[in-house]
Amino acid sequence: MIKSYKLQRTIADVVIYVILGVLGIIWVSPLVWLLLHSFRAEGGVTVPYVFPKEYTVNDYYRLFTETDVFDYPKWFLNTFVVAVFSCIISTLSVLMVSYTFSRLRFKSRKMFINVGMILGMFPGFMTMIALYYLLKAMNLTQQLPALVICYSAGSGLGFAISKGFFDTIPRALDEAATIDGATRNQIFWKIILPISKPILVYTVLTSFIGPWCDFILVRIIMGDKRDNYTVAMGLQKMVDKEYKQNYFKQFLSGSVVVAVPITLLFLKMQNYYVEGVTAGGVKG
Amino acid sequence: MTFIEYKSLSRSEQIMYKVKEFFSLLPGKLKGFFGAIGKFFVNLVKNFIGGLKGYGSRFVQGDMSTKLSYVVMGFGNLTRGQSGKGLAFLAAEIMYIIYMAKFGLRYLNMFDTLGLVAKRVVTLPNGRQSIEFVDNSMLILLYGTMSILLTLVFIAVYIANTKSAFEAEQNQKAGKKNLTLKQELVDFLDGKYHITLLATPVLLISVFTILPLVFMILIAFTNYDQQHVPPGNLFTWVGLQTFRDVFKVSEGANKGYTFVQLTKWTIVWAIFATFSNYIVGMVLALMINKKSIKFKVLWRTLFVITIAVPQFVSLLLMNQILQDDGVMNVILGYMGIGPISFFNSSAIVARVTVIVVNMWVGVPYTILQTSGILMNIPEDLYESARIDGATPVVQFFQITLPYMLFVTTPYLIQSFVGNINNFNVIYLLTGGGPQKDMNLYQAGQTDLLVTWLFKLTMDSNDYNTAAAVGILVFIVCATLSLITFNLSKSSRNEEEFS
Repeated sequence: MIKSYKLQRTIADVVIYVILGVLGIIWVSPLVWLLLHSFRAEGGVTVPYVFPKEYTVNDYYRLFTETDVFDYPKWFLNTFVVAVFSCIISTLSVLMVSYTFSRLRFKSRKMFINVGMILGMFPGFMTMIALYYLLKAMNLTQQLPALVICYSAGSGLGFAISKGFFDTIPRALDEAATIDGATRNQIFWKIILPISKPILVYTVLTSFIGPWCDFILVRIIMGDKRDNYTVAMGLQKMVDKEYKQNYFKQFLSGSVVVAVPITLLFLKMQNYYVEGVTAGGVKG
Repeated sequence: MTFIEYKSLSRSEQIMYKVKEFFSLLPGKLKGFFGAIGKFFVNLVKNFIGGLKGYGSRFVQGDMSTKLSYVVMGFGNLTRGQSGKGLAFLAAEIMYIIYMAKFGLRYLNMFDTLGLVAKRVVTLPNGRQSIEFVDNSMLILLYGTMSILLTLVFIAVYIANTKSAFEAEQNQKAGKKNLTLKQELVDFLDGKYHITLLATPVLLISVFTILPLVFMILIAFTNYDQQHVPPGNLFTWVGLQTFRDVFKVSEGANKGYTFVQLTKWTIVWAIFATFSNYIVGMVLALMINKKSIKFKVLWRTLFVITIAVPQFVSLLLMNQILQDDGVMNVILGYMGIGPISFFNSSAIVARVTVIVVNMWVGVPYTILQTSGILMNIPEDLYESARIDGATPVVQFFQITLPYMLFVTTPYLIQSFVGNINNFNVIYLLTGGGPQKDMNLYQAGQTDLLVTWLFKLTMDSNDYNTAAAVGILVFIVCATLSLITFNLSKSSRNEEEFS
């Protein structure tokens, strides 16, 4: 009896290993395909076989040197600059708003929270057109600051997760500090922020990654001004019908170049992500 | 009822319990929801009336310089040693007047008609004639809305000014010294710290989220469509006509038919996308976290790496892989299966394809998010089940799934709402195609309501329809989310740790 139970368990484990193995391969194979074919030497858009026959770094080289049609290095720099600035502004807004809602008590606090939640539920692109004309009125369209504004201005509305995190910090800390004569300003900067590293890292990384992935706002704001595209927008342009024939492999290598740093960042962030979401999100 | 009590019910009783719970809670939830909205407006009116009352009585009771600050803002503060505050009020008034005189009034005047003259012919100095655009309905609406919002803010500042003047007077009469500017500023770092922290985000959100949002909501009540695109054309208020068009079903290609079809598909999509990800993700998480399984980090990384790659890269990549001559068809060819046109053959193939690809994108998220909760399922439940001879499959359906559904309902509803709004997957994979149904207006057969909204604004300039669809989507999502928010413990236990 006991033996067969053990056997059953081993069989179950083997089955699980097989399932995990097969699914794992299915899950990563598109990415492996991307990586392999970004080094493919022969052929254009598609080849009638799975593995490339010859490998080269030519397309990576062309990506960074042939910049007259598609200026990838410029896009990369654009995205980096936009990401850094909107990351700073977003992080500050999110932390300020969530700290206020979580730790400070004032009149109409509930109302602010509810209005904030309701605003967050409108489909994002509903406001795009109005936003465009607003930026146009400020003479900001087709310029990078417009992107920074778009990515970071509304970020305060994403307070839910970090508010959930701040809610879990014992109130006694604030009280003790108040007795020692600290102002709320000092409590925020010197007591709460230093112990909020997980949520700080989470907020910084998510707001840094955001601009690398957006391709909708860029298209509306930049229009045909290719110099100010970001990576996401530019890569999408490369697979448009008119360019796809010549630039497909550059699209692949460009995707790899942008995916690698983001992937590394995300894998670093993973634990903070889980921690942040479980602390601030669903509390079973 | 605790989970253990719930589990001790028989299967049919459990279902009955869930159904009964849902319907018994529903009226309360809806009542609470609409009650909260009602209360919000009642409070608003109450505050407003209270404000007006205080406004009048302060004027009657105040002395000359308080009365004067009803006209010249900040006067009361200026004469009572609070020059910094007084000057700030005065500056606000002057700025508002300049804004209104130079800019705002012009647009407010035309706000009810949204412009009368679209264009006129002018004679240039060289004798030639040319067309000049006069009124631009879009700008009138945008700047008019802006002026109205600004006026509301100004009224709030104005009331605060009378209050501050009156308080300064009362303080002086009581023999107390009024706070200096420096003392007031210091208070902004402590007692009024919430104002300091919220000021910038609220300003940014007001200008770049609320203003555009109000503008777009107003658009839904105009006839701003492809026949009325300024400059050169005017649009005007039409009341609820746009909503009537969206709900009107008739023969031929029209918005009503499209709306019904896309709503059906959006719901089907949201249900399939949510539950396929949920169940597959949970099973995988269970497998990875099973005690006897080794290389946990490896398995986890294999799956999680797909979320790490930016979504637009992975989705564009999938789009290329699944093209008619893409690598997927090459592989199928090796297996002797003829090439399949994933995106262009029929609606059903394209729809299944996006649901499957969405699993590839979404399952890793479920793995990440459910792992922690899965570990919290009481081990003794499984132990007793094993003693009773339950197979892993039975354990999953009898213990894991009910427990998870019990605990993660809010998460499920959240991802349901997320899928209703899942723009990226549809837009990057199929672009809405295939376009076989000619009766759809500006949409393909895998278009969701949100991607239709996007196409209506970007491709066909039907801004009013887009705004109306946006409002409808919002109503559905907001109702669902508010119900969730009330269900989830995080709202009730907000003060748990304090």
